[in-house]
Amino acid sequence: MVPLSHYLILGAALFAISVLGIFLNRKNVIILLMAIELNLLAVNLNFIAFSYYLQDLSGQVFVFFILTVAAAESAIGLAILVALFRNLRTIHVDDLGSLKG
Amino acid sequence: MSFPEIVFYALGAVLLLSALRVVTARNPVHAALFLVLSFASAAGLWLLLHAEFLAITLILVYVGAVMVLFLFVIMMLDINVDRLREGFWRMLPLALPLALVLLGIMATTLAGPWFGLAVRVPSPEDAARSNTREIGQVLYTDYVYPFELAAVILLVAIVAAIALTLRARKNVRYIDPAEQVRARREGRVRLVDLRAPRGEGGGEPPASA
Repeated sequence: MVPLSHYLILGAALFAISVLGIFLNRKNVIILLMAIELNLLAVNLNFIAFSYYLQDLSGQVFVFFILTVAAAESAIGLAILVALFRNLRTIHVDDLGSLKG
Repeated sequence: MSFPEIVFYALGAVLLLSALRVVTARNPVHAALFLVLSFASAAGLWLLLHAEFLAITLILVYVGAVMVLFLFVIMMLDINVDRLREGFWRMLPLALPLALVLLGIMATTLAGPWFGLAVRVPSPEDAARSNTREIGQVLYTDYVYPFELAAVILLVAIVAAIALTLRARKNVRYIDPAEQVRARREGRVRLVDLRAPRGEGGGEPPASA
């Protein structure tokens, strides 16, 4: 029987990796979106582990909603990325200074 | 070491390694494929936690739809990888200690005596229970309003994504069937009464003047 702490530490390690990825890939918007997906995956893992060890289904329902919102977020994020690339021909974060006066 | 423990540690190792490759991969396509691998191993972990419905949903929705969308967008954009990678490791002295501190804080909190609970784990003999049925019963009774709200959020996301990427093309020829049906003879055919010039060139005048 795997103790709950191991699941939680696995989720924490996944979260730390995704934070590391957000720092390292700060110029590449696509990898930033993927790091956010990893973030949400870590949170979902914790939710499901708690839901199993406490025998409460609310955790799984929350994971369901997080999956919904994350799918909507990545769809809109990628649409913004496509619109951005169409106008600027780049996705480099340093080039996105159009609002600067 | 029991079988679930072996599966847990194997899938956990695959999950962490593939997550590391996602954030360090040079090619965004490789990053997306490693993200698929990490989603798959996470789905295996969820199966281990008896969350079968969500594990299948993760595979279907994420690997089947969202990651395909990511791959489409990556392949559609013409990305200059070298420019995006310059100064990649420069933030490492800041990022690595931050991530380690974050991991340390969470590990000391979560591995403490408060979360060492192994209570109320279902006994293995109730194998007849259906995770999908249980989630459905909770979702359509206690959480029915959040459920409807999630549907509205998805609708808004569809409309927003289409509105952001839809582009009215100019200089494209296309057929308008209504215009074709509306066409009449008067609009298309014009009869011109051509009379031949007479006299001056010394040529023969036409027979029917």
